[in-house]
Amino acid sequence: MTEPIFQLNDIVVTVNQGTPEQINIMDHVNLSVFPGDFITILGSNGAGKSTLFNVIGGNIPVSHGQILLNGRDITSMSVERRTRFLSRVFQDPKMGTAPRMTVAENLLLSEKRGQHRGFGPRHLKAHMDKFKQITSTMNNGLEHRLNTATGKLSGGQRQALSFLMATIKRPEILLLDEHTAALDPQTSQELMTATNDQITRNHLTCLMITHHLDDALKYGNRLIVLDNGKITYDIAGDEKDNLTKEELLGFFSDIEE
Amino acid sequence: MSIIVSAIGQGLTWGIVGIGLFLTFRILDFPDMTVEGTFPMGAAACVAAIYSGASPLVATLIAFVAGMLAGLVTGLLYTKGKIPVLLAGILVMTAAYSVNLRIMGRANLSLFDKPTMLKNHFLESLPPYFDSVVLGIVVVAIVTALIVYFLQTNLGQAFIATGDNPNMARSLGISTDAMQIMGLGVSNGLIGLGGALVAQNNGFADVNMGIGVIVVALASIIIGEVVFGDLTMNQRLIAVTIGSILYRFVILLVLKMGFNANDLNLISAIVLALFMMFPVLEKRFRIRHTLAKGMTKHD
Repeated sequence: MTEPIFQLNDIVVTVNQGTPEQINIMDHVNLSVFPGDFITILGSNGAGKSTLFNVIGGNIPVSHGQILLNGRDITSMSVERRTRFLSRVFQDPKMGTAPRMTVAENLLLSEKRGQHRGFGPRHLKAHMDKFKQITSTMNNGLEHRLNTATGKLSGGQRQALSFLMATIKRPEILLLDEHTAALDPQTSQELMTATNDQITRNHLTCLMITHHLDDALKYGNRLIVLDNGKITYDIAGDEKDNLTKEELLGFFSDIEE
Repeated sequence: MSIIVSAIGQGLTWGIVGIGLFLTFRILDFPDMTVEGTFPMGAAACVAAIYSGASPLVATLIAFVAGMLAGLVTGLLYTKGKIPVLLAGILVMTAAYSVNLRIMGRANLSLFDKPTMLKNHFLESLPPYFDSVVLGIVVVAIVTALIVYFLQTNLGQAFIATGDNPNMARSLGISTDAMQIMGLGVSNGLIGLGGALVAQNNGFADVNMGIGVIVVALASIIIGEVVFGDLTMNQRLIAVTIGSILYRFVILLVLKMGFNANDLNLISAIVLALFMMFPVLEKRFRIRHTLAKGMTKHD
């Protein structure tokens, strides 16, 4: 049995503490993530999907419980420190890139994710060949736009860039927060395919929120369902492979197809 | 002729103030009001240091440090104290007035019989007003070169990213608080440096010399942008200084029309407003088209 790379132990997040509206938006959540896990996460609106990612990323403090990375307690580690091992792609293409900086400049920034940035020259030119090569893997013409300001890219190119920026320096944990949801169906499918290729080829450990049941079934080795701040289903391996859409629909009623 | 040379000299010196404001106003996207306090603070610190026997060069560097410290206070109030940046700047600007009076001990101090960076053998041998042009070019060149280099470093790129998309910057492990504090510090340091040079140019420091500084500095930035249009980051920095010189020409022209120096702040504000409205006016009146037509010969 391999050791989990990442663990949430009895995590509770309480909001409006001490008022009549007090509620646990994370309710005693336990989750062990193993190296190479590709976990798809489903849940209706307000089920706690984004809260889960914000807890992992350190964006919101936990009221109770413990977060472990390779057995080390990181519960109170800052957002900036966590970027050393964690990267994240957001739903909104505008969130993950700097619009006035070029594609190459954005990639260069992400290559130093979580590292010290000093007075040394950035050496942009020396990286161009590498950037050309990795952007060409996205099959959407991004490699011809390395010197274009990111704000001028299409949503699909911008989101593909966000994904590359999250993986250019291998993260120990990759969080994908409905990263294809804002794109048209065709572009969304292309990015999802490229995402899956990269994750499986590089054995990345990844958690992916989605609202597509098909994607949740098709990709990954493990599937969890969140409801009311709790993990209600957690299935992996053969059990997940044999899961049908009808069975999955039975897990909850109010999620869109 | 000499009046034009004088305008160029002033434009160069004020260009440093424009470059300082560019770091916060354009790169960090901050409306930083601290500058109205740090400009006279630089002047006051420089003059006070010269009075206490420091060499003009050392006094000018002290002015940079004084401005930087005030900028750091604004940065801390904004990032750690969670005060909106506009208000944090106004607080420091207001406090700076009292600090400046403390530094000088009175409302103004003359440099009449004191050494300044302009009073040396070489600069005094030049024709009138060329002294401030030469000094201005040297300082602007050094400052621009340092900023251009800085923006190409890994730290400089993190600084630009912080202004461009703070959420992304944080998700890449960039401490946006540190970048914003640093930006406000360096920016106000440069503005203090500009204040010190203006004081040495004018031969005095006055506690009220900060009024309208932000408008003049913004005018340099905006005029440069309107005149030159789409530029790279490095070109934009140079455009600020050119904008600052063009602004001096506009003011010169207006004064020639019969306005006097008391009207300067009104004129500065109107000039800035007109340039900021340029995109709207251009759409409505097709200014570029009309200008181009006026330049070409009739068929």
